[in-house]
Amino acid sequence: MPLPDIDRRTFVVGGTAAALALGHVTLVPRPAAAAPNEFKEVIKTLLGREPKEGKVTLKLPPIAENGNTVPLTVGVDSPMTANDHVSAIHILAEGNPAPQVCTFRLNPNTGKAEATIRIRLAKSQIVTAVAQMADGSAYIAGAEVKITVGGCGG
Amino acid sequence: MARPRVRLPSQAKPGEIVEVRTMIDHPMDSGLRKSETGAVIPRKIINRFECLYLGEPVFVAELQPSVSADPYIVFHLRARGSGKVEFRWTDDDGTVYRDEATLTVV
Repeated sequence: MPLPDIDRRTFVVGGTAAALALGHVTLVPRPAAAAPNEFKEVIKTLLGREPKEGKVTLKLPPIAENGNTVPLTVGVDSPMTANDHVSAIHILAEGNPAPQVCTFRLNPNTGKAEATIRIRLAKSQIVTAVAQMADGSAYIAGAEVKITVGGCGG
Repeated sequence: MARPRVRLPSQAKPGEIVEVRTMIDHPMDSGLRKSETGAVIPRKIINRFECLYLGEPVFVAELQPSVSADPYIVFHLRARGSGKVEFRWTDDDGTVYRDEATLTVV
């Protein structure tokens, strides 16, 4: 879903401004680090359902000097029992050449739904984590990262 | 070149959640970078990491080129018996790098 001639930030901010101008302002506070709406649509299509906010904690540095190695820790509030556990966590970087970063597959043997990895970020953007639970439900969280020097080639 | 390293406690209590740290030396060539001559450096990454404990899968990571060089992954496992913890990293070229550790549960 490339948007070739328009910077994503401009697009999102522009969209928000347009919504304000048209009076479509909801009173629900939108978290600053929520995934852009069009990206959420892609996730919804992939999962076959809309992920809910909550349960997922995504930790990244707010400012990273080097986009080649940005530490990321994702945790999901789950007892990790046979009936109630996280089965997968997907990490997505919408501003990278390929948005899929990695997928963790977990099961009750994992015991704790938390993992750490180091990732590449091409530019400042919102990183998204989507957790899929054993019962099929899905939860989403985002974290904004500002990058001084981008990773991914160049 | 791809030297795997794992770190976890050697002993744990039954039911204890154990932190496992892993790392492998690997360039994780994304396929997007160019060499000094302008030629594209072909993609070559570790695309899959898995951990088995007592022969059963505990944790799998499917990796894409957006994972940093020398993939460093931390995860957990629930101690449920003494035995082998196996680690496997699969390279794009089909090579499987392996390491293992023993966890004693008392």
